[in-house]
Amino acid sequence: MNLARKLACVVVVFVCAVSLAANWLAPVGYAKQFREAPGAPPSHEHWLGTDEVGRDRFARVLYGTRISLLLAPAAALVSTLLAALVGGLAGYLGGIWLRLARGFTDLFLSLPWLFLLITVRAVLPLNVSPLTSVLITFLILGLLGWAAAARVLSTSADALRNSDFVLQARASGLHGPRLFLIHVLPNLKPVLYAQFWISIPVFILSEANLGILGLGVAEPLPSWGSLLRELEGLMSFREEPWRLVPLVLLIVVMTSFQMLLSKEEVTA
Amino acid sequence: MNMNKSVRRAFLQLLVCFFLLAAFAFAQNGGELRFCLRSEPKTFDPALVDDDASVAIRYLTGGVLVRANRKTQDLEPELAESWSVSKDSKQITFKLRHGILFSDGSPFSAEDVAFTMQRLMDPALHSSTGDAFRSGSGTVSTKIIAPDQIAITFPAPLAGLEHLFDQVAIMSAHSPKKEGAVLGPFMVAEYKAGSSVLLKRNPNYWKKDAAGRRLPYLDSVRLDIQPNRDVEMLRFKRGELDLINSVDSDYFDRLAASSPQLVHDAGASLDYEFLWFNQVASAPIPEYKRAWFRSVNFRRAISQAVNRDDLSRIVFNGHAQPAVGPVSPANKFWFNSKLKAEAYRPDAALKRLQDDGFHLQNGTLFDKAGNAVEFSIVTNAGSKPRERMAVMIQEDLGKLGIKVNVVTLDFPSLIERISQKFNYEAAMLGFRNVELDPNSQMTIWLSSGDNHAWNPQQKSPETAWEAEIDRLMRAQASTADPKKRKESFDRVQEIAAEQAPLIYLINQNALSAVSNAVAGANPVILNPQTFWNAERLTVNSQARASR
Repeated sequence: MNLARKLACVVVVFVCAVSLAANWLAPVGYAKQFREAPGAPPSHEHWLGTDEVGRDRFARVLYGTRISLLLAPAAALVSTLLAALVGGLAGYLGGIWLRLARGFTDLFLSLPWLFLLITVRAVLPLNVSPLTSVLITFLILGLLGWAAAARVLSTSADALRNSDFVLQARASGLHGPRLFLIHVLPNLKPVLYAQFWISIPVFILSEANLGILGLGVAEPLPSWGSLLRELEGLMSFREEPWRLVPLVLLIVVMTSFQMLLSKEEVTA
Repeated sequence: MNMNKSVRRAFLQLLVCFFLLAAFAFAQNGGELRFCLRSEPKTFDPALVDDDASVAIRYLTGGVLVRANRKTQDLEPELAESWSVSKDSKQITFKLRHGILFSDGSPFSAEDVAFTMQRLMDPALHSSTGDAFRSGSGTVSTKIIAPDQIAITFPAPLAGLEHLFDQVAIMSAHSPKKEGAVLGPFMVAEYKAGSSVLLKRNPNYWKKDAAGRRLPYLDSVRLDIQPNRDVEMLRFKRGELDLINSVDSDYFDRLAASSPQLVHDAGASLDYEFLWFNQVASAPIPEYKRAWFRSVNFRRAISQAVNRDDLSRIVFNGHAQPAVGPVSPANKFWFNSKLKAEAYRPDAALKRLQDDGFHLQNGTLFDKAGNAVEFSIVTNAGSKPRERMAVMIQEDLGKLGIKVNVVTLDFPSLIERISQKFNYEAAMLGFRNVELDPNSQMTIWLSSGDNHAWNPQQKSPETAWEAEIDRLMRAQASTADPKKRKESFDRVQEIAAEQAPLIYLINQNALSAVSNAVAGANPVILNPQTFWNAERLTVNSQARASR
């Protein structure tokens, strides 16, 4: 493991640990409104100041990190599994299945999924707790975000199907699910990893966009998405630099995630 | 020799006077005013105007018979020299000015007024401006008494009839240019879809200033289509724009910090933010919740539990006032000054709830049947102030043990839920009041109205107080006597305060920004706040360049 990967590992572990310790590090909680100090700059009481309604920004960053770091990978896992199922199998089976799967993923990719999400959110029940709303949001993202990854996986699986070692395995009498599980799937692993890691920041940013459209995490629960919304209307970086902390954290964590990928996974 | 000297001195004095006058005239004339429209104008046809961008263009280009002075709120003659309303409020007669020409040179006469009214009232046109004149079944008739005199008769009495003509831009009956021929100070010269609208000075505009100079002073008005407020503010700061008609409180304070001379807070506007509960009998909500929402004690308790001062101070940085009712104190004539905004009294709110059988247990409020009090407030996504208000109300009500779920939805889904499916519990929206007269609120207050938000389109009033409001609103609409009308509408405001079907939150202040390159600007609370006197504005391009 080179130094960069070690450093990335430390950053991810540190951020995860700190966010998990939010209850102890920020006992005021993410929802309490200090109405006498809305939009306050950093101080001894509020290390990162307060947001527009007086909530402690440090607490919100910690809790938001916890939610986003837990649920964005969960959504990425759902979408990668779906992609592996559709793309991997179609590529392995080839022929009509591959054409069908590609047609289906193309159709799915061409759908205006943002509008699809709006429609899905509009029909959901209104009286759900903020925690349920965040679960719903990321689940929807996971269920709708598989198509691009499936396309990549189908191409990789198709290439594997025609590779020498798979042909040799076939010649040795290996067929069906066993061939897929023993020879194809392990070789798809780098692509799967890459798709998984790529999906995480995509889902975090998607959640931020959804927040603007009203489909994100319900108040008062924070997420990186809702924290990034605070940057709306920020005219200058010098104005209130502490408001950039969620953005910096997002960049650092996402970069660390990318650095954790092995060379093979990156090239995949 | 002496004579020569005195002649020379007189000549020099004359020359100086001439240059001074010329400089003054130069300063008064010309210039291009630049500001943004926040959406694409949907139409240039004044009869079909329905959106803010088109309203702004109609205001700048349309000639009207009478105009409500945005500063004094009084009605002033424009194309009509005078007018008279019949005792039964069914007929209005206008005496028109002579010698007025449309921008294309065609003459203005009573025929054009008749044409405009007939077009407005054409049911096939679906004109929202025309809808304001639909007082009852039957047709609107026009009678040209003379080329400069016209009588318009309505099938039923229309209170405040003359005020409605503030929105009626007169169109030419004969000009081949149709809506391109205008009587206002400016005319549309160029329209680039998605980019800008250029208005040029109307050379035939009839109005002159006190010195006898023809208005408007400006050569042109450039309206850039820019929905993004951040970009609008940046462009204003760079000196590319001359004014912002309506500024958010956040931007206002930031601009005030750097350039206090550019910002204007005209005080409480006519607009208000409000919250209401779904009381529709057929709404798909649990019966016990409907019972809460229909209880006046419950609604009043919620109203008392909301800290409006905090909403104003925190969400609007103090640029808002706790709302009293459907009429803002800014509406000088119609506001019921006996009423006060509901004070923040959580103890009194809890007492009211206890009177209705609610009880607190381990920090949660339960009704008498043991149901925990929990409801959702829906509002539109993307409106930061509204989302912040919802979060603050969520915390305020949390102190009473009420769990509030804040749900933000895209606007079409929200409208579908609150006006068609009635699938919501509580909703929070804003009302943009452009009219001073309570007749414009008819569809809100009549129980049969489409905009009777809490329980619309009732076949007959479901409660005694709604029946009383129906009676009062019809009474004020059927008399021309301003005193009687005021008495009726004052009582409507009192009932609204007693019953709290709509929980009024705040009246936002009218905030605007005007460049110091603009001379003559006098921002007011009525729309259009900054350019209501566009014909008398001038722009000094040198001052703009130096910003």
